[in-house]
Amino acid sequence: MTGSFRTPSGGRIDRTAALAFRFDGATYHGFAGDTLASALLANGVHLVGRSFKYHRPRGILSAGSDEPNALVEVRRDDARITPNLRATQVELYEGLEAASQNRWPSLARDAGAVNDLFAPFLPAGFYYKTFMWPAGAWKRFYEPKIRAMAGLGKAPTLPDPDRYTQHYAHCDVLVIGAGPAGIASALAASAGGARVILVDEQAEPGGSLLAATDAAIDTKPATQWLADALAELTAAGVVIMPRTTAFGYFPHNMIALCERVTEHLAAPDRALPRERLWQIRAKQVVIAAGALERPLVFPENDRPGVMLAESARTYLTRYGVRPGERAVIFTAADSGYRAALDLAAGGVAIAAIADLRAAPEGEWPARALAAGIDVRPSTVVAGTAGRLRVKAARLAKVKHGAVGPAEVVACDAVLMSGGFTPSVHLFSQSRGKLAWDETLGAYLPARSVERERSAGACRGRYGLTAALADGYHAGEEAAAEALKDSARPAGRRATASRAFGVVARDTGTDGFIGAVPHGRNPAFAKAFVDWQNDVTAKDIALATREGFRSIEHVKRYTTTGMATDQGKTSNMNALGIVAEQLGESVPKIGLTTFRPPYTPTTFGIFAGAARGDLFDPVRVTPIHGWAEARGAAFEPVSLWKRAHYFPEKGDGGRLEDMHAAVARECRAVRSGVGIFDASTLGKIEVVGADAAEFMNRMYTNPWSKLEPGRLRYGVMLRENGFVMDDGVVGRLAPDRFHVTTTTGGAARVLAHMEDYLQTEWPDLDVWLTSTTEQWAVIAVQGPKSREVLAPLVEGIDLSKGALPNMSVREGRIAGVPTRLFRLSFAGELGFEVNVPAAQGRAVWEAIFKAGEPFGIAPYGTETMHVLRAEKGYIIVGQETDGTAAPDDVGLGWAIGKAKKDFVGKRSLSRAAFFMPDRKQLVGLLTRDPAVVLEEGAQLVAAPNAALPVPMLGHVTSSYASATLGRSIALAMVKGGRARIGQTLYVPMPSGPIAVELVDPVFYDAEGARLDV
Amino acid sequence: MLIITCPWCGERPEIEFVYGGEAHIARPADPSALTDQQWADFLYNRTNPKGRHAERWRHTHGCGRFFNAVRDTVSDFFVATYKPGDARPDVEGDVQ
Repeated sequence: MTGSFRTPSGGRIDRTAALAFRFDGATYHGFAGDTLASALLANGVHLVGRSFKYHRPRGILSAGSDEPNALVEVRRDDARITPNLRATQVELYEGLEAASQNRWPSLARDAGAVNDLFAPFLPAGFYYKTFMWPAGAWKRFYEPKIRAMAGLGKAPTLPDPDRYTQHYAHCDVLVIGAGPAGIASALAASAGGARVILVDEQAEPGGSLLAATDAAIDTKPATQWLADALAELTAAGVVIMPRTTAFGYFPHNMIALCERVTEHLAAPDRALPRERLWQIRAKQVVIAAGALERPLVFPENDRPGVMLAESARTYLTRYGVRPGERAVIFTAADSGYRAALDLAAGGVAIAAIADLRAAPEGEWPARALAAGIDVRPSTVVAGTAGRLRVKAARLAKVKHGAVGPAEVVACDAVLMSGGFTPSVHLFSQSRGKLAWDETLGAYLPARSVERERSAGACRGRYGLTAALADGYHAGEEAAAEALKDSARPAGRRATASRAFGVVARDTGTDGFIGAVPHGRNPAFAKAFVDWQNDVTAKDIALATREGFRSIEHVKRYTTTGMATDQGKTSNMNALGIVAEQLGESVPKIGLTTFRPPYTPTTFGIFAGAARGDLFDPVRVTPIHGWAEARGAAFEPVSLWKRAHYFPEKGDGGRLEDMHAAVARECRAVRSGVGIFDASTLGKIEVVGADAAEFMNRMYTNPWSKLEPGRLRYGVMLRENGFVMDDGVVGRLAPDRFHVTTTTGGAARVLAHMEDYLQTEWPDLDVWLTSTTEQWAVIAVQGPKSREVLAPLVEGIDLSKGALPNMSVREGRIAGVPTRLFRLSFAGELGFEVNVPAAQGRAVWEAIFKAGEPFGIAPYGTETMHVLRAEKGYIIVGQETDGTAAPDDVGLGWAIGKAKKDFVGKRSLSRAAFFMPDRKQLVGLLTRDPAVVLEEGAQLVAAPNAALPVPMLGHVTSSYASATLGRSIALAMVKGGRARIGQTLYVPMPSGPIAVELVDPVFYDAEGARLDV
Repeated sequence: MLIITCPWCGERPEIEFVYGGEAHIARPADPSALTDQQWADFLYNRTNPKGRHAERWRHTHGCGRFFNAVRDTVSDFFVATYKPGDARPDVEGDVQ
């Protein structure tokens, strides 16, 4: 029951552990050690998907991460559905449930396959040419339809229930790839005393050694040598990480890797993360990524049963699976012969070897002939037959470039080899420069930028002998470089170079790049270059005919190499076709850019723990819990959660809306007392003998004469003269200032101060300390605030004479030390009680209790905004936008005219700041007092002027004012102060709204309410 | 991610640092003595070289201190870092 194509013995599968799995609803069996691909092949299942554009039946092309065709969806439950997994990398487990993609209603009978018949009308660039009319139809009609038809898997709709973690590691030498070159590198680097990490994307380290049949190393069979080498590495402390893909190479040797922890398990331990993101910083990197076999581009090379020859050999030798009963080999390299001979030995009939080369020579062709295989030089496969599985290949002789008549050869597998392409992806990502090697017909690493070196097949050193020697050499060098400046004992570093006694038949370096000749009408012959994106040789030729010369443009126009496989199998052949079409050499055409990730990577590892509540840090004040319990609505202000308003139950138990709550809160503050959590204000303690001088330089205001115990509203500019921040500053002692900033500006202001202090005036004796989170700030505002606080306060006289507006005193409140500010952002008698954060809630509750007889109302940011707007107080970032000078927002009075210099002063004398059409802060009163303007709305002079209507300014703040019984707004208007008294218009979809420009202070302009 | 050598703390990853613009541009002692053009040059005009660039960095999430660095704007690699007040070091391969 484990498949009729399974060999009776051999391979690295565990034949004692049979596993049941389902594919498209049917149950099959495989063994532990299988991939989904090898298990399907063992059951004779080649048809595994439908292609992206034409919906052509597709099979398994490769045996690794380069697979373009066999993309499947693996499902564990409703939330754990992973689309677009390569069946060649999905490890089999008991109960695995997989499904094919891009087909309806079923894989064998797919309605979309009709696209294939229309293929002549679906050339490259088809979408750009066809779906242009009518305008707008692309978004509404064409795109949704096309996306439904063309495409890959579907993302699950439920949140990802799995956990992903992120890890960091350091090592002397990171070896990427645990094939022969990588293992030799790790052996050498470890022997050289280096701390080594060896990673490989596969479940089992070994690379090509896992499929080596007759090779021997140091007189041991290759697989035995592999086991011993891994044991030696483990004993030496080398960290070996299988199932770990190095997908990105970032500056300074930071390699990003994805470790698949539980994906291969039938019943994953939920305590384990599904995947881990590793960020490894290596002193030296050895890239031993190997090489990828290149397909041959011939007509109908995409039928299920057409496979890469080396992959077919891997299925046989590593998984004990015959890829078919009777195979035609189509090759341009000796590796095709090795596959043929191994498969023949494994019981696959070899119908013929079609060799593109005119005169294949050497031991491999000789061995094939000796084995009685039909070897045909100068022969191409000019086409294949079969619907859901290849049934025959059309073999034709090529003479002087002309393709002769075809002979139909029955087969159920066509195994192709166009030679190998070194895997230079990571090297290229490291910004290393590639160079074309004419002899190998390949791009090879040439000049490094990072501290890395490539070893083995990924730099064109093919064959076991060369890979081991090259890998060992690279490992030695990497260790020596990594430990060059290390203080570790030299004793361990001494190492005698090691030679490997290899008995293996290597397969040479021949190959072919481009499309092979076929002699058929090119309009009807589909020879695929990029299987996943359904790009044919004809499409690429069309692109060059239409004028695309650069390979980067051809890539984007035809989409070749742009699929999830990133062109691992297709890029070189596409290059070859462009080169041939343009009559240029391959290196003249250039190469497309390799970008991370090497293989598709889940978003989960990038998100890591940063999901849900942990997505963005949330800052809360010490009083937050009280506000929550009170039923406050919250709003985010930078990272803070601030109480927005406190809705109360009205008559009938209905909760107030924001409008009603704010109106009530405003009335409470204006007529009685309100309490507000202002703890989010930024706070900086500026201390030192030169603190006043520093403040003089950082703020527009003069500070030298501010007496200890007094407050002053400070304005901070950028050097360009624009308002950066504001806040009230208290002087507690000659050398100590308590500076407050806006909630969102705290970090910015501190950095700005540090910059000047450290780099411009390091001679000043000043220390800056962020105290934002050390103080809870409780604003108690309203005519009754003094009465509420007085009984709680010790050591401070709150009377008008002793504590006038804009004063600060230190004392105790509710038994807690306080810096008590008398000030008001609401324009009333008011206090801001600063207490240590840990006592914040207790003091808040004490004040609230003391205030209850006075009807104290907790209020939120919305009420705070309304109250300050009634007073015409600006909010930096709301009235200002980074282009407002102090005078523009009515703060000209805050500039210390006598000061010689402060940050931004020189800019204020620029002519631009005196232009009459600068936007200036004004108040707006709508003609209809019930209309509340929209913040951000534009102001114009005439509601029906010809387009484009000159825009004179915009509304910055707008509220319904319960105090004034009407709407109010603030605006920045060109030449606004000179326009006071004029009527302007706010054009809205429902019609223009007439507004009168007025002074921005709507309430208590003379400030009498502050002076009590 | 780059490794940046803080002159006080040593090698640290890039995320601990904040870029601070071109280095060795001292704020004029008396800005009021400058013409508008001179002031604009100080405020806005930078050398923006292709190659070695002396620039300010701050080890914000470490010691909090500013320092200067020479970085190659082509390779993005740091060539040297040094303390504020120190002269720009002579580094091999400097264009300027």
